[in-house]
Amino acid sequence: MVTYIFILLATLAVGSALATILSKSTVTSALFLVLNMVALAGVYLLLKAQFLAVIQILVYAGAIMVLFLFVIMLLNVDDEHSLFSRITFKYAMGFFLGVIVMAQILYALASATGTLPNITGEITHVGTVEAIADELFTTYLFPFEVTAILLTAAVVGALLIAQRKPNSTN
Amino acid sequence: MLSLNWFLALSAILFSIGTVGVLTRKNAIVIFMSVELMLNAVNLTLVAFSAHLGDVHGQILVFFSLCVAAAEAAVGLAIIIAIYRNNLTVDITKINLLRW
Repeated sequence: MVTYIFILLATLAVGSALATILSKSTVTSALFLVLNMVALAGVYLLLKAQFLAVIQILVYAGAIMVLFLFVIMLLNVDDEHSLFSRITFKYAMGFFLGVIVMAQILYALASATGTLPNITGEITHVGTVEAIADELFTTYLFPFEVTAILLTAAVVGALLIAQRKPNSTN
Repeated sequence: MLSLNWFLALSAILFSIGTVGVLTRKNAIVIFMSVELMLNAVNLTLVAFSAHLGDVHGQILVFFSLCVAAAEAAVGLAIIIAIYRNNLTVDITKINLLRW
Protein backbone atom coordinates (compact mmCIF):
# COMPACT_ATOMS: atom_id res chain seq x y z
CA MET A 1 0.00 0.00 0.00
CA VAL A 2 2.77 2.41 0.95
CA THR A 3 4.57 1.49 -2.26
CA TYR A 4 1.57 2.42 -4.38
CA ILE A 5 1.16 5.75 -2.61
CA PHE A 6 4.85 6.45 -3.08
CA ILE A 7 4.68 5.62 -6.79
CA LEU A 8 1.64 7.88 -7.17
CA LEU A 9 3.32 10.77 -5.36
CA ALA A 10 6.64 10.27 -7.14
CA THR A 11 4.93 10.26 -10.54
CA LEU A 12 3.05 13.39 -9.56
CA ALA A 13 6.25 15.09 -8.39
CA VAL A 14 8.31 14.18 -11.45
CA GLY A 15 5.47 15.00 -13.85
CA SER A 16 4.79 18.38 -12.29
CA ALA A 17 8.52 19.14 -12.21
CA LEU A 18 8.75 18.37 -15.92
CA ALA A 19 5.68 20.50 -16.56
CA THR A 20 7.29 23.33 -14.57
CA ILE A 21 10.31 23.53 -16.82
CA LEU A 22 8.47 22.73 -20.07
CA SER A 23 5.36 24.92 -19.97
CA LYS A 24 5.44 28.13 -21.95
CA SER A 25 3.43 30.26 -19.60
CA THR A 26 5.20 31.41 -16.44
CA VAL A 27 2.01 31.24 -14.39
CA THR A 28 1.48 27.61 -15.44
CA SER A 29 5.04 26.87 -14.38
CA ALA A 30 4.43 28.39 -10.97
CA LEU A 31 1.20 26.46 -10.45
CA PHE A 32 2.84 23.18 -11.44
CA LEU A 33 5.62 23.99 -8.98
CA VAL A 34 2.95 24.29 -6.26
CA LEU A 35 1.71 20.82 -7.24
CA ASN A 36 5.29 19.57 -7.00
CA MET A 37 5.64 21.01 -3.48
CA VAL A 38 2.40 19.36 -2.37
CA ALA A 39 3.50 16.00 -3.78
CA LEU A 40 6.82 16.34 -1.95
CA ALA A 41 4.93 17.11 1.26
CA GLY A 42 3.11 13.80 0.73
CA VAL A 43 6.46 12.05 0.36
CA TYR A 44 7.57 13.66 3.63
CA LEU A 45 4.47 12.20 5.26
CA LEU A 46 5.45 8.76 3.96
CA LEU A 47 8.83 9.31 5.64
CA LYS A 48 6.99 10.12 8.90
CA ALA A 49 8.23 13.71 8.89
CA GLN A 50 4.88 15.26 9.77
CA PHE A 51 6.24 18.60 10.94
CA LEU A 52 8.23 19.19 7.78
CA ALA A 53 5.31 18.16 5.59
CA VAL A 54 3.15 20.87 7.15
CA ILE A 55 5.97 23.41 7.02
CA GLN A 56 6.61 22.54 3.37
CA ILE A 57 3.03 23.36 2.44
CA LEU A 58 2.88 26.46 4.65
CA VAL A 59 6.18 28.01 3.63
CA TYR A 60 6.74 26.80 0.08
CA ALA A 61 3.28 26.32 -1.40
CA GLY A 62 1.82 29.06 0.76
CA ALA A 63 4.34 31.85 1.11
CA ILE A 64 7.07 31.47 -1.48
CA MET A 65 4.86 30.55 -4.42
CA VAL A 66 2.44 33.38 -3.64
CA LEU A 67 5.46 35.68 -3.77
CA PHE A 68 6.39 34.20 -7.14
CA LEU A 69 2.88 34.68 -8.49
CA PHE A 70 2.80 38.27 -7.25
CA VAL A 71 6.06 39.02 -9.03
CA ILE A 72 4.81 37.37 -12.23
CA MET A 73 1.64 39.46 -11.99
CA LEU A 74 3.68 42.59 -11.31
CA LEU A 75 6.08 42.12 -14.21
CA ASN A 76 3.46 41.00 -16.75
CA VAL A 77 5.89 38.63 -18.43
CA ASP A 78 5.07 37.38 -21.92
CA ASP A 79 5.00 33.73 -22.79
CA GLU A 80 8.08 32.30 -24.38
CA HIS A 81 7.10 31.53 -27.92
CA SER A 82 10.21 29.80 -29.12
CA LEU A 83 10.69 27.36 -26.28
CA PHE A 84 11.91 24.05 -27.74
CA SER A 85 10.78 24.95 -31.26
CA ARG A 86 14.29 24.55 -32.58
CA ILE A 87 16.82 22.31 -30.94
CA THR A 88 19.96 24.35 -30.72
CA PHE A 89 23.34 23.29 -29.47
CA LYS A 90 22.64 25.07 -26.19
CA TYR A 91 19.54 23.02 -25.46
CA ALA A 92 21.26 19.78 -26.39
CA MET A 93 24.20 20.69 -24.16
CA GLY A 94 21.92 21.61 -21.27
CA PHE A 95 20.03 18.34 -21.52
CA PHE A 96 23.29 16.41 -21.81
CA LEU A 97 24.67 18.09 -18.68
CA GLY A 98 21.44 17.29 -16.82
CA VAL A 99 21.76 13.61 -17.73
CA ILE A 100 25.37 13.67 -16.52
CA VAL A 101 24.33 15.21 -13.20
CA MET A 102 21.66 12.55 -12.70
CA ALA A 103 24.09 9.75 -13.56
CA GLN A 104 26.62 11.14 -11.08
CA ILE A 105 24.08 11.41 -8.26
CA LEU A 106 22.65 7.95 -8.89
CA TYR A 107 26.14 6.42 -9.03
CA ALA A 108 27.17 8.13 -5.80
CA LEU A 109 23.98 7.04 -4.04
CA ALA A 110 24.18 3.47 -5.30
CA SER A 111 27.68 3.08 -3.91
CA ALA A 112 26.89 4.77 -0.58
CA THR A 113 23.76 2.93 0.56
CA GLY A 114 23.72 -0.41 2.32
CA THR A 115 25.60 0.95 5.32
CA LEU A 116 22.54 1.95 7.32
CA PRO A 117 21.38 0.58 10.67
CA ASN A 118 18.21 -1.46 11.10
CA ILE A 119 14.97 0.36 11.76
CA THR A 120 13.80 0.26 15.35
CA GLY A 121 10.66 1.53 17.04
CA GLU A 122 12.10 4.83 18.17
CA ILE A 123 13.00 5.82 14.61
CA THR A 124 9.35 6.40 13.73
CA HIS A 125 9.06 9.13 16.37
CA VAL A 126 11.78 11.29 14.84
CA GLY A 127 9.62 13.56 12.71
CA THR A 128 7.10 14.70 15.30
CA VAL A 129 6.86 18.30 16.44
CA GLU A 130 8.00 17.30 19.94
CA ALA A 131 11.18 15.63 18.74
CA ILE A 132 12.13 18.50 16.46
CA ALA A 133 11.26 21.23 18.96
CA ASP A 134 13.20 19.39 21.65
CA GLU A 135 16.42 19.68 19.65
CA LEU A 136 15.62 23.02 18.08
CA PHE A 137 15.10 24.90 21.34
CA THR A 138 18.00 23.31 23.24
CA THR A 139 20.94 22.41 21.02
CA TYR A 140 20.08 24.68 18.12
CA LEU A 141 18.68 27.66 20.01
CA PHE A 142 21.38 30.05 18.82
CA PRO A 143 21.07 29.12 15.10
CA PHE A 144 17.31 29.44 15.50
CA GLU A 145 17.65 33.00 16.74
CA VAL A 146 20.17 33.78 14.00
CA THR A 147 17.53 32.61 11.50
CA ALA A 148 15.24 35.36 12.76
CA ILE A 149 17.96 37.94 12.09
CA LEU A 150 18.54 36.42 8.65
CA LEU A 151 14.87 36.73 7.75
CA THR A 152 14.73 40.32 8.98
CA ALA A 153 17.84 41.17 6.97
CA ALA A 154 16.32 39.49 3.91
CA VAL A 155 13.11 41.50 4.21
CA VAL A 156 15.01 44.76 4.62
CA GLY A 157 17.31 43.86 1.73
CA ALA A 158 14.41 42.91 -0.52
CA LEU A 159 12.66 46.20 0.22
CA LEU A 160 15.85 48.13 -0.44
CA ILE A 161 16.53 46.39 -3.76
CA ALA A 162 12.96 46.43 -5.05
CA GLN A 163 12.02 50.00 -4.21
CA ARG A 164 12.44 52.87 -6.60
CA LYS A 165 15.27 55.18 -5.76
CA PRO A 166 13.77 58.18 -3.97
CA ASN A 167 15.76 60.79 -5.89
CA SER A 168 15.33 59.33 -9.38
CA THR A 169 12.58 60.48 -11.68
CA ASN A 170 11.28 57.17 -13.13
CA MET B 1 8.80 1.33 5.26
CA LEU B 2 10.07 1.70 1.74
CA SER B 3 13.71 1.28 0.88
CA LEU B 4 15.85 4.39 1.12
CA ASN B 5 16.96 4.06 -2.49
CA TRP B 6 13.53 4.95 -3.85
CA PHE B 7 13.53 8.31 -2.11
CA LEU B 8 17.10 9.04 -3.14
CA ALA B 9 16.33 8.15 -6.76
CA LEU B 10 13.29 10.44 -6.74
CA SER B 11 15.44 13.21 -5.30
CA ALA B 12 18.12 12.68 -7.96
CA ILE B 13 15.55 12.80 -10.76
CA LEU B 14 14.00 16.01 -9.39
CA PHE B 15 17.44 17.60 -9.00
CA SER B 16 18.34 16.73 -12.58
CA ILE B 17 15.07 18.15 -13.89
CA GLY B 18 15.87 21.35 -12.01
CA THR B 19 19.37 21.40 -13.53
CA VAL B 20 17.99 21.04 -17.05
CA GLY B 21 15.51 23.82 -16.32
CA VAL B 22 18.25 26.18 -15.17
CA LEU B 23 20.40 25.39 -18.19
CA THR B 24 17.77 25.60 -20.92
CA ARG B 25 15.19 28.21 -19.95
CA LYS B 26 15.54 31.90 -20.76
CA ASN B 27 12.97 33.43 -18.41
CA ALA B 28 14.70 34.46 -15.18
CA ILE B 29 11.63 33.66 -13.07
CA VAL B 30 11.40 30.10 -14.44
CA ILE B 31 15.12 29.66 -13.80
CA PHE B 32 14.53 30.78 -10.23
CA MET B 33 11.71 28.25 -9.91
CA SER B 34 14.04 25.53 -11.19
CA VAL B 35 16.50 26.47 -8.46
CA GLU B 36 13.70 26.03 -5.91
CA LEU B 37 13.06 22.61 -7.45
CA MET B 38 16.70 21.62 -6.89
CA LEU B 39 16.56 22.96 -3.33
CA ASN B 40 13.51 20.80 -2.68
CA ALA B 41 15.22 17.72 -4.07
CA VAL B 42 18.12 18.18 -1.66
CA ASN B 43 15.65 18.65 1.21
CA LEU B 44 14.04 15.35 0.25
CA THR B 45 17.44 13.65 0.47
CA LEU B 46 18.03 15.09 3.94
CA VAL B 47 14.59 14.02 5.18
CA ALA B 48 15.01 10.52 3.72
CA PHE B 49 18.37 9.99 5.40
CA SER B 50 17.08 11.48 8.64
CA ALA B 51 14.04 9.19 8.71
CA HIS B 52 16.02 6.09 7.88
CA LEU B 53 18.85 6.79 10.30
CA GLY B 54 16.46 7.78 13.06
CA ASP B 55 18.35 11.03 13.54
CA VAL B 56 16.44 14.26 14.03
CA HIS B 57 19.32 16.53 13.02
CA GLY B 58 18.68 16.08 9.31
CA GLN B 59 15.16 17.41 9.68
CA ILE B 60 16.41 20.39 11.66
CA LEU B 61 18.82 21.11 8.83
CA VAL B 62 15.85 21.02 6.45
CA PHE B 63 14.04 23.49 8.72
CA PHE B 64 16.94 25.94 8.49
CA SER B 65 17.20 25.29 4.76
CA LEU B 66 13.53 26.27 4.41
CA CYS B 67 14.20 29.52 6.27
CA VAL B 68 17.14 30.30 4.00
CA ALA B 69 15.02 29.41 0.96
CA ALA B 70 12.36 31.90 2.07
CA ALA B 71 14.98 34.63 2.49
CA GLU B 72 16.56 33.71 -0.83
CA ALA B 73 13.21 33.84 -2.63
CA ALA B 74 12.45 37.30 -1.24
CA VAL B 75 15.84 38.75 -2.17
CA GLY B 76 16.01 36.96 -5.53
CA LEU B 77 12.59 38.18 -6.61
CA ALA B 78 13.51 41.69 -5.52
CA ILE B 79 16.61 41.46 -7.73
CA ILE B 80 14.45 40.26 -10.64
CA ILE B 81 12.13 43.26 -10.12
CA ALA B 82 15.14 45.59 -10.09
CA ILE B 83 16.48 44.02 -13.29
CA TYR B 84 13.07 44.33 -14.92
CA ARG B 85 12.88 47.99 -13.95
CA ASN B 86 16.20 48.70 -15.62
CA ASN B 87 15.91 46.49 -18.71
CA LEU B 88 12.13 46.02 -19.14
CA THR B 89 12.72 42.31 -19.66
CA VAL B 90 13.53 39.19 -17.64
CA ASP B 91 14.93 37.34 -20.64
CA ILE B 92 18.44 36.42 -19.55
CA THR B 93 19.78 36.40 -23.10
CA LYS B 94 19.04 40.13 -23.26
CA ILE B 95 20.60 40.90 -19.87
CA ASN B 96 24.26 41.00 -20.85
CA LEU B 97 25.66 44.03 -19.08
CA LEU B 98 28.42 42.07 -17.35
CA ARG B 99 29.17 39.94 -20.38
CA TRP B 100 32.26 40.53 -22.52
